[in-house]
Amino acid sequence: MVTNDMSFLIGGDAGQGVESSGAGFAKALARGGLHIFAMQDYHSRIRGGHNFFQIRVNKRSVHSHTEAVHLVLALTEDTISKHTESLVPGGGIIYDAEVEVTEKELDEKDIRLFPVPLSKMAQEHGGAEVMRNTAALGAAAGVVEYEIDRIESVIRDNFRKKGEAVIENNLKVAGAAYRFAREHYAAEFEFKLKTVDAPARMVINGNHAFALGAAVSGCKFVAGYPMTPGTSVLIWMATHGKRLGIVTKHTEDEIAAICMAIGAGHAGVRAMVPTSGGGFALMAEALGLAGMTETPVVIFEAQRPGPSTGFATRTEQGDLLFMLHASQGEFPRIVLSPCTVEQCYQAGVRAFNFAEKYQCPVIVLSDNYLANSLRTLDHDQFDFNQVAIDRGAFLTDEDMENLSDAYKRYAFTESGISPRAIAGHPKAVYSTTSDEHDEYGHITEDAGNRVKMMDKRMRKLEEAARDMQPPELYGPHRADVTFICWGSTYGPLREAVDILNEDGDRANLLTIMDMWPFPKDSVGQRIDASKRVIIVEGNYAGQLAELIRMCTGREIEERILRFDGRPFSPEYILQRLKEGE
Amino acid sequence: MSEMKDFLSPVRPTWCPGCGNHGIWNALKMALADLDLSPHEVLLVSGIGCGSKLPDYTRANGYQSLHGRTVPVATGAKLANHALTVIAVHGDGDGYGMGMGHFVHAARRNIDLVDIHQDNQIYGLTKGQYSPTSDHGFLSKTSPEGAIETAVRPLATALAAGATFVSRGFALDPKHLSRVIQKAIQHKGYALVDILQPCVTFNKVNTYDWYKERVYKVEDEDDYDPTNRERAFRIACEWGDRIPTGVVYQVEGVPSYEDQIPALEAGPLVKQPLQRSMEEYEALKEEFV
Repeated sequence: MVTNDMSFLIGGDAGQGVESSGAGFAKALARGGLHIFAMQDYHSRIRGGHNFFQIRVNKRSVHSHTEAVHLVLALTEDTISKHTESLVPGGGIIYDAEVEVTEKELDEKDIRLFPVPLSKMAQEHGGAEVMRNTAALGAAAGVVEYEIDRIESVIRDNFRKKGEAVIENNLKVAGAAYRFAREHYAAEFEFKLKTVDAPARMVINGNHAFALGAAVSGCKFVAGYPMTPGTSVLIWMATHGKRLGIVTKHTEDEIAAICMAIGAGHAGVRAMVPTSGGGFALMAEALGLAGMTETPVVIFEAQRPGPSTGFATRTEQGDLLFMLHASQGEFPRIVLSPCTVEQCYQAGVRAFNFAEKYQCPVIVLSDNYLANSLRTLDHDQFDFNQVAIDRGAFLTDEDMENLSDAYKRYAFTESGISPRAIAGHPKAVYSTTSDEHDEYGHITEDAGNRVKMMDKRMRKLEEAARDMQPPELYGPHRADVTFICWGSTYGPLREAVDILNEDGDRANLLTIMDMWPFPKDSVGQRIDASKRVIIVEGNYAGQLAELIRMCTGREIEERILRFDGRPFSPEYILQRLKEGE
Repeated sequence: MSEMKDFLSPVRPTWCPGCGNHGIWNALKMALADLDLSPHEVLLVSGIGCGSKLPDYTRANGYQSLHGRTVPVATGAKLANHALTVIAVHGDGDGYGMGMGHFVHAARRNIDLVDIHQDNQIYGLTKGQYSPTSDHGFLSKTSPEGAIETAVRPLATALAAGATFVSRGFALDPKHLSRVIQKAIQHKGYALVDILQPCVTFNKVNTYDWYKERVYKVEDEDDYDPTNRERAFRIACEWGDRIPTGVVYQVEGVPSYEDQIPALEAGPLVKQPLQRSMEEYEALKEEFV
C-alpha cells in the first residue's frame, strides 16, 4: 500500500466544472494536512473541448505535477481514452456507470475500472444531474479511503452562497458516491490518502500570491485589459478593491492601462498593470515613457506561447529577451522572474519598493504554469509583518516645505536617484517630459546635458544590482551536472534533480530569480566551477542561454528546450536528459 | 488672488510668430488666474506636438507624455489625486488621430478632466501632413491628391459618446476662449474644449481669415439652450459657412467617474495611508484555506 503519494486527474468538457471541482478537491486534501500541487490544462473556448485538472498530493511539499497519474476521474469518455497512457500500473479510472468502456487494453496495463452511477446518484440524491462532479469527488475520496468530512467542509464553503438546500443535496450526493466507491472498489486500489496533523495551509496560485504581495506592499491602482493568463490578478484586485482601498480600472486597451498606471505613479500612488505578452507588446512605448520620466510603475507579465495569439491558455517562457529590450532607446529597468508561488508573493512586495526606490519600471515575469498552478503554503510563508515599505528618495510634505531653491526633479546625484516630489505642493511645482530634459524637467537638446542625464539614469542600476537576490543553488555544491533555469521551470527541474540525486550527488540546479540587472559574476563563476552545464527553458531559442552568453561570454551548448505549450515535468526532463546522453 | 504671470515658467515658447498656440496659452493662463487657482493645484498633461509643449512654458505641475496618450495619463493622475485640477492639452493628431479611442472612452466615462484639443487641422511639428480634422480634399504632403476621408467632427463624436460638456473656442478670441475654458474647469465631469487654431506655417487654407468669416458664438443665438442634446447635436455637426464656438452642450449633475469609485470615498488615493492594518491583510488568507 502506498499512502499520501499520488496524482489525480479530473477530465471533462469545458463548462463541466472541471477546474472548480478540481480546485475544491485540492482544498479538501490540503485541509487534511496534505501538500498538493495542482495544474489545469484547458482550451481557449467556453464550452466543449477536453479540459483536465491534475492534482498531485504528497506528505511533503511538492514543486510540480508529474506525468504519472494514479486515479482518473472521467466526466467524459474522451478523458478515458486520452489519459489511460498516463496511468501507473494499479491505477484506476472512476467513470459514470452509464458509459461503456472496452476493458481489453486497460487490463493489459493493470488498470482498475471503477464505474460509479454518477448521474443516477446525482439525480437520486441531489435532484440534479449537474451534481455529477460532486459524486465523482465523493467516489474518489471513497476509493482512496480519505476522510469524507474534508470533502464535506469544502462543499459547505463552495455552495454557501447558493443556500442550505444546495449544500444539503451536494452533501447527500457526495456521501452516497463515497460509500458506494469505498464499499465496491477500495479493497482493490493500493493508493491511499490519510489525513495528517498540520496547521491549516493556503492553496494558492502564483497570480493570487503576487496580487496579495502587491496589496500588502501598498499597491493602490491597478489598470488592465483582460488577457490570459494575467487576468486573474486584475479580477482579484477588482474583487478586493472596495475592501482594501484599491482603484482598479478595466481599460479600453493595454496602452491606456499602462498610461493610466504611469499617470497614477507620477501622482504618487503605487500602480501596476497585469497582462500577458500580447498586452505588453502594446505597452512597449509607454515603458520607455516611465523610463524617461523616471516614473515608478510595475508591470506583471504572465507569459503564454506566442507569437501573436499563440496558445492562449498554455505556457511558455518566450518573452524573456523581449522584456529586457522592449521600447526604443536605453533606460534602466528591473526584471524579476519568480520561480515559485511564494516568490510570486515576494515579487509583489519587492517590485513596488524597487519601482519607487529606483524610479523606473519594474517588470515581474511569470508564466501560465506558475500563474495558474496551485500549491499548498504555510501561512507564515506570507509574513506580512516582515513587509517593509521603502519609498526611496520620496519627498514628504515636510521635506517639500523645507525646499529652499527651485526644485530640481532630476537633480544630478551620485547614485543617479533624484529626490522625487509629487504634484500638489507649492514649493515643488515642476513639469516633466518624455523629451530629453534638464535637471528641472525642461526640454533641452544640449549635448552635454544629454550625456549627463543618460549617465544619471543608467547609474541607478548600479545600486539596484546590489538589491538583487543572487541566483540560488539547489542540491549539492558539487555535482556531475549543473542545470540552469529560470521561472516556473524551477519546480519540475528541482523534482528531477531530487530523483537524480537519489543515488549520489549527480545534479544541482542554479536558478536565476532576479533577472535584471543580470547577476553576471555569480552566474559566470558557477558555470566555470561546473563540470557540465545544461540549460532548461520553455522556449525555442534558449533565451536565458543567449542572455548568459551576452552578459558573461560563457556559451552553454547543452539545452533542454520545450515550446509545445506544455509545462515541463520531472519525467520529461529526465527523458530528454537520457536522450541527450 | 493669483495672476496670469504666476503661470509663467522660465522657458519661453518656441512656437512660430502668429501661431494660434500663443492665444490658447494666454487664454488658459487667464482662465486659471480668473478661477484663482494656484500653479500647484493644477496638473497639465500633454502629448507630443507643437501644442503639447505648452506645459514646458507654463508654471504648473506638468507631464508631457506620449503622442496620442495624453488622456489615459491624465486619467491615471486624476484617479490617483482627484484634488488636482487635471487638464489634458494636445493637438488634433494626438487627440483625434492616435488618441481617438481614449477620447471616446474618456467622454463616456465622464472622468473629471478638461480635454483641450489644439485643433489646427494639420500636423505642424512633422511639417505639414493632413490630420483627422482636415477637410475632404485637403492637399498636404501625405494627401497630394487631396484627403480622401471625411473629417472627424469632434463635438458630434463627443456628444455621441455621452460627453457631459462639449465646447469650442477660437485662438484669435482668447477672452471668449478663456471663459469657455473656465466653464470647462468648473464642470464636474469630462469637458471637451476643441480650439480652432490656425497653423500659420503649414495650413494655408484654414487661416485666421478663413475662420473669422465662419465662426459664431452659440450663446448669441436667440434660442440658445446648451441642455438640449438633440439641438446640440445639430450644432455640433455644423461645419462650413458657419462654425459654432462656445459651450454647445452641458448637462450638470451627472456623477463623475471618480465620484463613483468606493475606494475614493476616503479621499484622494494619494492621501490615503499606503497600508491597511496587518489584521486586514491576514484575513485575506482565509479565502485560500
